[in-house]
Amino acid sequence: MDLWVGVFVALGVAALLGLAMKVGNLTSSQIGPTYSVTASFENVGSLKPRAPVKSAGVVVGRVDSIVFDSKKYEALVTINIDKRYAFPKDTFANIYTAGLLGEQYVGLEAGGEDDALKNGDKISQTQDAIVLEKMISQFLFSKASEPKPDGKEADAANKPTDAKSTGVKKTELGDAPF
Amino acid sequence: MNPNIVEIDNLSFGYKGRLLHKGINMVFPRGKVVAIMGGSGSGKTTLLRLIGGQIKPSKGEVRVDGAVVHQQDRDGIYKLRRKMGMLFQHGALFTDLSVFDNVAFPMRELTDLPESMIRDLVLMKLNAVGLRGAYNFMPTELSGGMARRVALARAVALDPNIIMYDEPFAGLDPISMAVICDLIRSLNDALGATSIIVSHDVKETFLIADYVYFVASGEVAAEGTPHDLMQSTLPFVHQFVHGEKDGPVPFHYPASNYQAELLGHKSAKSN
Amino acid sequence: MIKSKLLNSLTRTLGGIGYRMTERIWRLGAGARLFFLTIFYSGESFKRFHLTLREIYFTGVMSLLIIVVSAFFVGMVLALQGYNTLQKYGSSEAIGVLVALSLVRELGPVVTALLFAGRAGTAITAEIGLMKTTEQLSAMEMMAVNPIARVIAPRFWAGVISMPILATLFSMVGILGGYIVAVPLIGVDDGAFWSQMQANVDFRLDIVNGLIKSLVFGVACTMIALFEGFDAPPTAEGVSRATTRTVVISSLTVLALDFVLTSFMLVI
Repeated sequence: MDLWVGVFVALGVAALLGLAMKVGNLTSSQIGPTYSVTASFENVGSLKPRAPVKSAGVVVGRVDSIVFDSKKYEALVTINIDKRYAFPKDTFANIYTAGLLGEQYVGLEAGGEDDALKNGDKISQTQDAIVLEKMISQFLFSKASEPKPDGKEADAANKPTDAKSTGVKKTELGDAPF
Repeated sequence: MNPNIVEIDNLSFGYKGRLLHKGINMVFPRGKVVAIMGGSGSGKTTLLRLIGGQIKPSKGEVRVDGAVVHQQDRDGIYKLRRKMGMLFQHGALFTDLSVFDNVAFPMRELTDLPESMIRDLVLMKLNAVGLRGAYNFMPTELSGGMARRVALARAVALDPNIIMYDEPFAGLDPISMAVICDLIRSLNDALGATSIIVSHDVKETFLIADYVYFVASGEVAAEGTPHDLMQSTLPFVHQFVHGEKDGPVPFHYPASNYQAELLGHKSAKSN
Repeated sequence: MIKSKLLNSLTRTLGGIGYRMTERIWRLGAGARLFFLTIFYSGESFKRFHLTLREIYFTGVMSLLIIVVSAFFVGMVLALQGYNTLQKYGSSEAIGVLVALSLVRELGPVVTALLFAGRAGTAITAEIGLMKTTEQLSAMEMMAVNPIARVIAPRFWAGVISMPILATLFSMVGILGGYIVAVPLIGVDDGAFWSQMQANVDFRLDIVNGLIKSLVFGVACTMIALFEGFDAPPTAEGVSRATTRTVVISSLTVLALDFVLTSFMLVI
């Protein structure tokens, strides 16, 4: 009986270890000692704390916190970067989306300066998250403001087909009202 | 030293306003076998629970060794209960423990005796009830009489001063009954304890009891030695001792008028 | 005449509702009282740990088979169903995430608790109810042994210890079942299956929260089973009813608690 209980508990511990190592991100989230830098964005989209920070596609750190700066009306993002990786001071921080509808992450693009970022530094060059609705509305707005024949020409140029099929395509694209 | 180990003084007890006992007085002298007799439902078992402190009286008190039971706190009651052993109606053996472990249970729970000594004591107790050979059995493998004997061994495991028996003869064959009967008397004398027997089996009880109380409708209806009670001319005692169907204890439970009830039911329907 | 009849039935209905309400509240209070007494008298179940160990064997080890087998099937079904939908959106690699998150966050703790209520909870209720019916608890009390310390507390701690272990095993075995369907049978890429899972399952937010859930369910399920057994009327019918109630109340409590806990955990 004691033996069975021992086996039972051991199995439980093994399963927990398995979950932590194989399934969870305990191994990958333990990115060793980190240093933190900040960056402000006008719009962070749906970026969340603990989102990955990648450079050249490799996870180099994680987003620590996102707060709203009420003086500048900007989002202040603190990110933790693994101490093993050093980045130049003029590194560029972007917010990207993994896939079309995937999660958002911070991408770092190294600049050319010799001085490296230190704990508490601020990344000055940033690019906001691309918000899909904004993009669509911009696109539609620019289309609407264009003179009509121009639009038709562009359409025709894009699709070298006869007028009939263009009309069908148009409705399919959903921009018929414009 | 008080010659009576248990004293019941003007005790009343009832549930929800209906009194089961109305001012009962009893004494249980040391070293004696005292029986409480009465019909089914006369509150005999409840008396044992009152002595054991499992329930509280509405009025009056029970004193065990001079201590008022219902005034004790939890520790006090547990201390009193260590002086008591109780044999339940159906033995109440722990079904998940073997015969040996059942008898060893109170020793393991309440004392710090080493396992080797517990083993010797358990075998002695089992030997006293004649079941040393069955120490390995589980309670489900025992017959009713054997289970009762194991329970008896468990009740006397810690050599109590008071041994209480709740219907020790109920549902036993004549041989087992005789064995239990004999054991109660011999254990009582060997341990120098006081036995309280709750029973309605007249023949066996009268055989071993030194003194008998009759309980009826919440009161002590009669008391005395078995010999006196056999001669008693009190109608209730006579009916009980000789097992007559009708007498002061009526066949019918009190009810409203038979005819009126049957007719009344009809008229209520037509209403 | 009709008016008085109407009034009569109305008072009776209201009275019935009131009676049931007070009855429920009384039971809730009695259950809470038993819970605190159990905690208060828990010393013995740790001092003499073999008492608890024995109960872990009966509640935990004996539930192992049903848990492992159900987990395996649940994992396989999850992978099948998930793949069916995910491949429509061209993201069948996310199958690992789907299986792991569903299991670790919800199905692991909840299904384990439901199975536990059915397998171990009923056994506990029936056992304690029978002990009460056959006067074993009474006998223990008359021996100056506290039944709460000797019978209730070890079973309580055994349940509380067993549940998280069972839930963890459920999640792990379920993920293995999902893996077997997704990778060798359907042909999802092995590396993508695990790496997507690792990228999206967080140790603290998902795994630890799942553990917390199962711990809470363990307390609730075991306590309900113990209380129903302890409170059962000492008759065969009473015990059978109490056993049924254990399953019904435990299941409802687990599902309701799951909602509450999830809403707390997702706030962050």
